[in-house]
Amino acid sequence: MNRAAGATAHREALDARTIRSQFPIFRGARPLHYLDSAATSQKPDAVLQAMDRYYATCNANIHRGVYRIAEEATAAYEDARRRVATFINAASPREVVFTRNSTEAINLVANAWGRSALHPGDAIVLTEMEHHSNLVPWHILAGLGEGLGGAPSVRRAGAATIVRGDRGIEIRYVPVTPEGELDLSVLPSLLADGRVRLVGVVHVSNVLGTINPVAEIARQAHAAGAHVLVDASQSVPHFPVDVQALGADFVAFTGHKMLGPTGIGVLWGRRELLEAMPPFLGGGEMIREVQLGGSKWNELPWKFEAGTMAIAEAIGLGAAIDYLSALGMDAIFAHDRELAEYTLPRIAALPGVRVLGPPLARRGGVVAFTLEGVHAHDVATVLDADGVAVRAGHHCAMPLHEALGVPASVRASFHCYSLPEEVDALVRGVKRAREVFAR
Amino acid sequence: MSEWDDMFRENILDHYRNPRNQGALEHPDITYEDANPLCGDKIRMDLNVRDGKIEAVRFSGQGCSISQAAASMLSERIEGQPVEEVRKLTRDDMLEMLGIELGPVRLKCALLALKTLKAGVYGLKQWPGEEEA
Repeated sequence: MNRAAGATAHREALDARTIRSQFPIFRGARPLHYLDSAATSQKPDAVLQAMDRYYATCNANIHRGVYRIAEEATAAYEDARRRVATFINAASPREVVFTRNSTEAINLVANAWGRSALHPGDAIVLTEMEHHSNLVPWHILAGLGEGLGGAPSVRRAGAATIVRGDRGIEIRYVPVTPEGELDLSVLPSLLADGRVRLVGVVHVSNVLGTINPVAEIARQAHAAGAHVLVDASQSVPHFPVDVQALGADFVAFTGHKMLGPTGIGVLWGRRELLEAMPPFLGGGEMIREVQLGGSKWNELPWKFEAGTMAIAEAIGLGAAIDYLSALGMDAIFAHDRELAEYTLPRIAALPGVRVLGPPLARRGGVVAFTLEGVHAHDVATVLDADGVAVRAGHHCAMPLHEALGVPASVRASFHCYSLPEEVDALVRGVKRAREVFAR
Repeated sequence: MSEWDDMFRENILDHYRNPRNQGALEHPDITYEDANPLCGDKIRMDLNVRDGKIEAVRFSGQGCSISQAAASMLSERIEGQPVEEVRKLTRDDMLEMLGIELGPVRLKCALLALKTLKAGVYGLKQWPGEEEA
């Protein structure tokens, strides 16, 4: 790898070129500069082969059949769960619930925990940095939104916005600074009245790459008697996350951003909380006993896994975890940051570019920016003609863009297969976009 | 010629750089604003109607070159035309004005102005093309 000036040589640095050769999408005829790994990562051969192997050799429904391939399928599925548990240092695989993605994991918490634990007069704290997936489930629960109730009451508490809907549940938002970091100076006051039951926070911003001090937030939340939900969609795929050390109560992440397939995600929850929660979706597998007068629930984690799950995808996620672990999460993070360090000065030096987000020391492998006088879509279209794939728009974080005062941004994001020459292609394209569209 | 050259025909760049009928009307008979939730593009269309004819039209908004150029081209097309003409305008008419082919994501950029116009004039909320399908 072509080392950037000033980039620190890492002892166990990744060989991104060799890694890249293990991803079929990069072996295609058309060159692809894929800088959109925060949206979804590419998939290595090992993941695709693991899923193929399941379908070709032991395709059967799990936890039901007593024949050989059904036993094999069940073993492979539960083995994937154990790999996830080890990967995030869960106390037990029973704390690992498979979902469709992070969004479904958060909806599970909002419904199963939220509906039973939140009462009128209670509050939750979220941040203005959240992805829509950690805003909208709570809006629905609080009765905020089209067709869900009357106009919300909105008030300000210092820099923080507080809203309350018809159902009497408040949502208090930690604001974002112009540098794209959480303004945590307001957190003590938001927690002060002891009515906050949950603090929901994104671990790493999908737009800015900001790494939030979740352990410190969790400490304050717990001291105020609140539980903590961490949206780890952008952290678990990129650096080591130890859910116990993090001090969270719920952690949500998704397989497709960590080299795994779409359709499989994870909710990790502390066992006693999951035990106490009612189910989310009802159906087969999540029950112990069904009578016409009612049902008894299955034990953890299957209580939360209704219907036939994404078996092949869970197995694919297990293979992705093996692949990531072999590379080493520390090495992946060092590689991400090296590319961010390579990108930041080069992109910031272009006329009209405004880089969003914090300094390198507090961000992961994400670089978002705006280009004066040129809409993000137009930048992305010019880049696409050179085979450079970036995200353009609000990246499912409209309130964050509102807080930063920009309607849309262009985002480049990396993973283990990303190369500096992909960044060079990005820089060339952005320069050209400015020449074409500036008015 | 690259795909990129195909996409950004001089025509589109011209309307993007020098938009026609951009601004607002002081006393619009019809005003409507809509947005594309996918990318946050916004278009507002103001119309003055006299004797069934669109006497004046202004648009404002923010967004990519395609969404803004489309609004500019559309405003030129309808100014002075009977209001009934708006009903007849189709997705294909809009794409013909732009002179490009678009995938499903960028198609919405191209159609936002027409969608906004139709919603303002006769309350049709669908994306152009959907109602014809």
